[in-house]
Formats: sequence, C-alpha cells, structure tokens
Amino acid sequence: MTTKKDDSISAMCTVAIGEAGETGDWRSLRPVINHAKCIPSIKKKSACFLCWLYCPEGVIKAAIPVEIDLDYCKGCGVCAEECPAKAITMVREGEDDE
Amino acid sequence: MSNVQIMTGNQAAAIGAKLSNVQVVAAYPITPQSQLAEIISQYIEGGELKAEYVRVEGEHSALTVCISASTVGARVFTATSANGLLYMHEQLHWAAGSRLPIVMCCVNRGVGAPWTIFNDQQDSISQRDTGWIQIYCRNNQEILDTIIQAYRIAEEVYAPVMVCYDGFVLSHTMMPVDIPDPEKARDFLPPYQAHTILSPEDPRTLNPVLFPNRRANSAGVLCDGYMEMRYKLQAALERSPAVIEETSRRFAEVFGRDHGGLSWGYRREDAELVMTGMGSVASEAMQAADILREEGIKAGVVGIRVFRPFPAKHLKEAFRGVKGIVIFEKGISYGYEGALCSDLKAAFYGSEHQVPVHSYIAGLGGRDVKARELADAARASWQEMQSGIAEKPTTWLNCYTG
Repeated sequence: MTTKKDDSISAMCTVAIGEAGETGDWRSLRPVINHAKCIPSIKKKSACFLCWLYCPEGVIKAAIPVEIDLDYCKGCGVCAEECPAKAITMVREGEDDE
Repeated sequence: MSNVQIMTGNQAAAIGAKLSNVQVVAAYPITPQSQLAEIISQYIEGGELKAEYVRVEGEHSALTVCISASTVGARVFTATSANGLLYMHEQLHWAAGSRLPIVMCCVNRGVGAPWTIFNDQQDSISQRDTGWIQIYCRNNQEILDTIIQAYRIAEEVYAPVMVCYDGFVLSHTMMPVDIPDPEKARDFLPPYQAHTILSPEDPRTLNPVLFPNRRANSAGVLCDGYMEMRYKLQAALERSPAVIEETSRRFAEVFGRDHGGLSWGYRREDAELVMTGMGSVASEAMQAADILREEGIKAGVVGIRVFRPFPAKHLKEAFRGVKGIVIFEKGISYGYEGALCSDLKAAFYGSEHQVPVHSYIAGLGGRDVKARELADAARASWQEMQSGIAEKPTTWLNCYTG
C-alpha cells in the first residue's frame, strides 16, 4: 500500500469500510448463528432480520442465510440479545463453536 | 473622512462584528450576557446585517452552533462573559482543535463563587490553555478595530480568536469611536475559505476518534494521530505572532490607526521602571506613569495586547534595558501567582537581562483601580528594587488581607 501524507489541518476521515482498521480485533466474544433456528433460514424468505436492524456496527448482511462480517464485528452481543429465535450465541474467542 | 460617534464598548464591538459581515451569530441572551448580543440581534432584525441569529439555551450550545456554522464555511460570531465562558470550556477546546476561525468577544468579568457581575479577567485567563488566540483591548476604538483584525488573523492562522475587553470599565463606558468605512472593511477582510472537505461526492467524517499512532486509512493515505494534529495547532499558534503584527500593520495602513500588534508602549523610550498589564489596567497605568514622571521617576508602560500566543520573544525586546517591571493583573493562577507574571518572568529565563519583577493583583470583582494607586504601588516597588529587593510575594492591591 502506498503511503501518501494527509495534509489536512483538522481530523477528517473518509467514509469507507476499514477506515478505523479491522475493528474485529477488539472482539472477545464472537457471535455464532445456528441457522436451524434463524427465522430467514427456516422460512427461506426475507423476514425478521432484527440482528441486521440492531447491529450498531452495520456488519450483518440481511441475506439468506444471514452473514456476519467478523473482520469488523466488535462482539458487543446486541444481535444475540435481540434475536427472537435465540439463534445467536456469543462464544468466547479461542473457544470452539460447538 | 472620519465618522466619530460616542458609544459604549459593547456598541463598538457590535459595529465591529457588523463591519466584518458575520453570517451566523449564536448567543445565549441572559446573564452573564452583555448588551453586545442584544445590539447585534437588533441589527439583524432591522435588516442592517444579513446574518442568521441563533438563540440558544446556553453558552455551550452557542459555541457549538458557531463551530457547526464555521465548519460549513460561515463567518461566525458570539460573545459571552464570566461563568458563561466557563460553561463553553469544552467547546473552546473543540473549536481550536477543529482549527475554526471563530471570533468571540469575552466581556471580562469575575467568576463565582462568591457571585459577582463585576470586572476582572479571571474568566478569560482561566481559558488560557484552550488553543485560542487572546487579544486584550484597552479602549472602545481598539475593540471595534480588533474585531475586524481578529477575523483576518483567525482566517489566516485557522485558529479561533477571543477579543477580550473589561466589563463595565469598557463595556458600559462611552468613548468617542471612529467607525471605519464599510467598503474599506470589506476590502480588508477577504472571504473566508473553509478548510474542511464538505462534498456529497467525497463525504468525510469530521473529528473521528484518533488512535495513539499515525495510521494509513482505507485509501492508503497516512493520517496523523492525535499528537500530530495537536502539534499542528501549536505550530500554527507559534507562527501566528507574525500574522498578528502584519495584520496590525496593514490595518494601520488602511485605517490610519495602529493599536500595536503584540504590545504597545507609553513613554517607554527612556523608561527605567515599566508598568505592565493587559486591557484597561494597562491603560490606567499610562496616567500612573505621568504621575511618576512628574516626581522624577523615569516610568513608562508596556501594554500586553496578545496573551496567547504568548509573545515571549517580542516582549524580551519590548522590555529591553528596563531596570524594574511592575505587573498589575486582574486575575491569578490560584495557588501560585498572576499568570502574566509567570509567563513574563519565564520569558527572561536564561537571558542576560535579569530584571526585578514585582507583581500586584488588582481590581478583582470590580474593585476600582485608580491611577494614583498604581503609581503608589509602582513607586513603593521601585524603592524596594533600588534597595535590592528583586523578588517579593505577590501583593493584593487595595485589599484588606489581615
């Protein structure tokens, strides 16, 4: 990556993925989705997506199946808290999913 | 052709803001506000000044509105005093750190507790370290002229400027003031160019959290860390004395009045004893110098106009050859001494010119300071200095300290 110097006299940053670095590094708990419980996966249509709606980092994709971008997920656990189907569990980093 | 009118310091300040063609004014209208904000609201309501007046619920918000408007390229103005200024404290840092050329009048008043509405300079002295340029005025003409100069300085340095003038002593006292020609004022102030990138095609987040170290952003541009951004502010302020002096010189060329860039002198040429201070107390010291001169003491005055950036190099020159300095201050760094006293003594550190400095705290909470009292204090110090007392504890002038 080339490094051009920023000459601005006040702090400004561009609006881009990764602008603040890979914030997923900050995570101590990782969300793990059980698609057998996830409503969009069960119904096979766009439904629920409360995790996508509540995620404060905007790292959840409203897809079927739902995807979480772990490069930027900080592991706050809001998605797990809000999931009505209890499909998301928070697992300590370094421990097994299962 | 001159256009001299009799007016208060607040009126002079309002005219200064009007002649600077400010576009947004935000102010909290109640105590500790002065008539200044009211006069400006009348200009705007009456169509004399085409600006947006935002009435807010407190001084913190007043400055926040100014910060936002200045960010998007408007020339902004606000005014406050005393506890109102203290309430702005967080946003004072924010304005300077964002490098916004906001101009604000601080109508100097004492701060509570105990409650006071009267004049001293503790309010602005307490905001010394916020990154603002501070200019202290000595009469109403200088208030008007300094506001026009302040925009030029602020917009060149990209730092906010606080124009300070003594409450009541200047704010409510009428003096003759020559009102500059609006066309000339317009020509003197080039349009403000915002430095922030504001474009829907190239959106930015302003003032994001910065990490301790420099870091490349997503586009590979190496961005400054917090320390680098703060260093840029300090470096700009360190360069600003030259801009302040040049602005003062240019102003004198165009309008025929020179208030001194960083400082001014009175009977300074052959003076051995020099009284110094900021604002109206320094102005009063001119009369004290006359009294002492009649007694045969070679007295003079150096009035310090710019307190931040502290013009240490310039002041070493301004006090060259003097044999004694007496400082009168309307504020104090509690637990030590007058802030100006500390800074001035530090300016002489390591230099060959070691001069006795005596410090007086005067006129807190509006206690009157008469020229005769300044002369008495300076005379007493001069006698002590001549008997070898170079240092002595700070004296509270005209105060019952028993």
